[in-house]
Order: sequence, then structure tokens, then C-alpha cells
Amino acid sequence: MQWISLLRPGDWLVAFLGTVLCAASFPLAWQGGSADKAVVRRGGEVFAELDLSRNRHIEVPGPLGTTTIAVDRRRVRVVSDPGPHQYCVRQGWLERAGEIAICAPNEVSVQIVGGKETYDSLSY
Amino acid sequence: MTRSVTRLITTPEDHRIARLAAAAIGLALIDAAIPLPLPGVKPGLSNIVTLIVLARYGWGTAAWVCVLRVIAGGILLGQLLSPGFFMSLTGAMFSLLVLAGAGRLPRRWFGPVSWSILAAFAHIGGQLLLARLWLIPHNGLFYLVPIFAVAALAFGIINGLIAARLLASPSFMNTGAHHA
Repeated sequence: MQWISLLRPGDWLVAFLGTVLCAASFPLAWQGGSADKAVVRRGGEVFAELDLSRNRHIEVPGPLGTTTIAVDRRRVRVVSDPGPHQYCVRQGWLERAGEIAICAPNEVSVQIVGGKETYDSLSY
Repeated sequence: MTRSVTRLITTPEDHRIARLAAAAIGLALIDAAIPLPLPGVKPGLSNIVTLIVLARYGWGTAAWVCVLRVIAGGILLGQLLSPGFFMSLTGAMFSLLVLAGAGRLPRRWFGPVSWSILAAFAHIGGQLLLARLWLIPHNGLFYLVPIFAVAALAFGIINGLIAARLLASPSFMNTGAHHA
């Protein structure tokens, strides 16, 4: 017996609609969800917006020197900063929306935005 | 010897439900034994029985067979009243709701494959809803939606085809459904 002959016309329609649903679910689930990003500011102005789903390093020039910021596994941190106290470096990884690390002497900040922001700002 | 005062009167319909539920439970056990990489992705072989029952005896019998299978399967697999059991029950309820509508579609155009696909999507939809509300209250769950959707479509088509083939085979329907 032919398997194909068991399919009625409507079955093809339902299978087709199912395929469309599956295809649509990929971008909806895997791209819409990655709207989370880290905003890097220098001197109060947006310097870069980093997609948290992509691991990378960036270097931000400031008045004192270069601040290095890294994204790794949906987290972001300040790797190095020329400031005297290193507060923003020692703050470590930021992973929640609203969290911010501010390197005040070098006028650089990085903040996680996107998703549902539970806080206006988080700092330690 | 005193005769028992309680006597359970069973109808042929009860016997039929019990036989079909037994077949579904057997398939549910086989289902549970198949190793698959991701929790939540299962072939759902026992739904083949539900589809055949729906086609032959109507929605009421199918609902009985399906719910009995979920409860007895839960007892046999030792997961009665566990989260996994409630996931199964929710999936079954959503599928049955959708099948109540799908069974009314014109048979000339829509067969067991349509029912199976629609029920599979309803099944995973209901389970995702329960999981999001109760078990994993985090939107990260929805990253898995595409995988579940593809699995639902694939297994929906396969189970539907098996049910359609069994329904179309006279030898099986005479020996299998009436006596098994």
C-alpha cells in the first residue's frame, strides 16, 4: 500500500500549515528573544551597542586611556580600565537587565538593557 | 459461600474501552523506553490508538481511552501525580479538546493525519503553557519552541500515517480492533 495515498487533500493543507508554523517559530523564538544588549557609553553618549548573544571584546578610548569591555555567554564586564580605583573592573560580570558598571574617571559606562527591566539601574 | 452483594455490571462498551486502553498503555510503555535526547520530545505512539478509536467509535470513547491510558501509564511508570504525569494529562486534555473539533471536519478532506498533526501541536502547546506557568517560570523555555514544534509536526505526521494505514487495512481492523 502506498503511504502517500493515505493522505487526503486537507491533510496536505494541515501539514503545510504545520510546516509554516515550525518555520515561523525559529525566528520568533531565536531572534526576538535575543533583543538583550549592552549599551556602552562614553562621555554620556552611546559609543556602542553590544549584542549579548555574540561574544566579543571592544576597546573604548577615554580621557585617561583605553577601557576594554568583553561580552561572554550573555554577560558583559569591564576587563581593564585605566582608572585609579578599578571599581568597574572589580564589579565583575553583569548579566541582568538594568545592571551597570561605571568607570567614572575614564567616562565610560556599560549597562545591560532589554528584556523586562525590573530596575531603573543596578550598581554595587 | 455467600454470593458477593456488589456486582459490577459491565457493558460491551466498557470491555471495548478496556481493551483499547490496554493497547494504548502498552504503547505508552514502549514510548517511555525509547531514549531521546531532549526531555519533552516523545513519539507519542499511544496516540495512534486514540486516533483509531476516534475514527471508529467517536470522541467519547477516544477520550476515555486516552485519559485511562494517562492514569494507568502514570501508575505503571511510577510517575502518578508527579510533574511528568501532569504534563501528560495536560497534553492529553488539550489534544482531546482539539480532536473534538478536528473530528468534525469533513472526512472526505481531512483524515487521521490532519487530526494527528493538530493534536500534536495542541499537546505541546498545552504542555508548554503548563511548564511556563508552573515548572519553569522563565521565558527561556520558549527557546525550545522550534524544536518542540518540529518534533510535533514530524511525529504527528508519522503517527497519523500509521493510524490511517491501520484503519485502511481490513485484516488489522477485523482481527486487531475487535479482538485485541
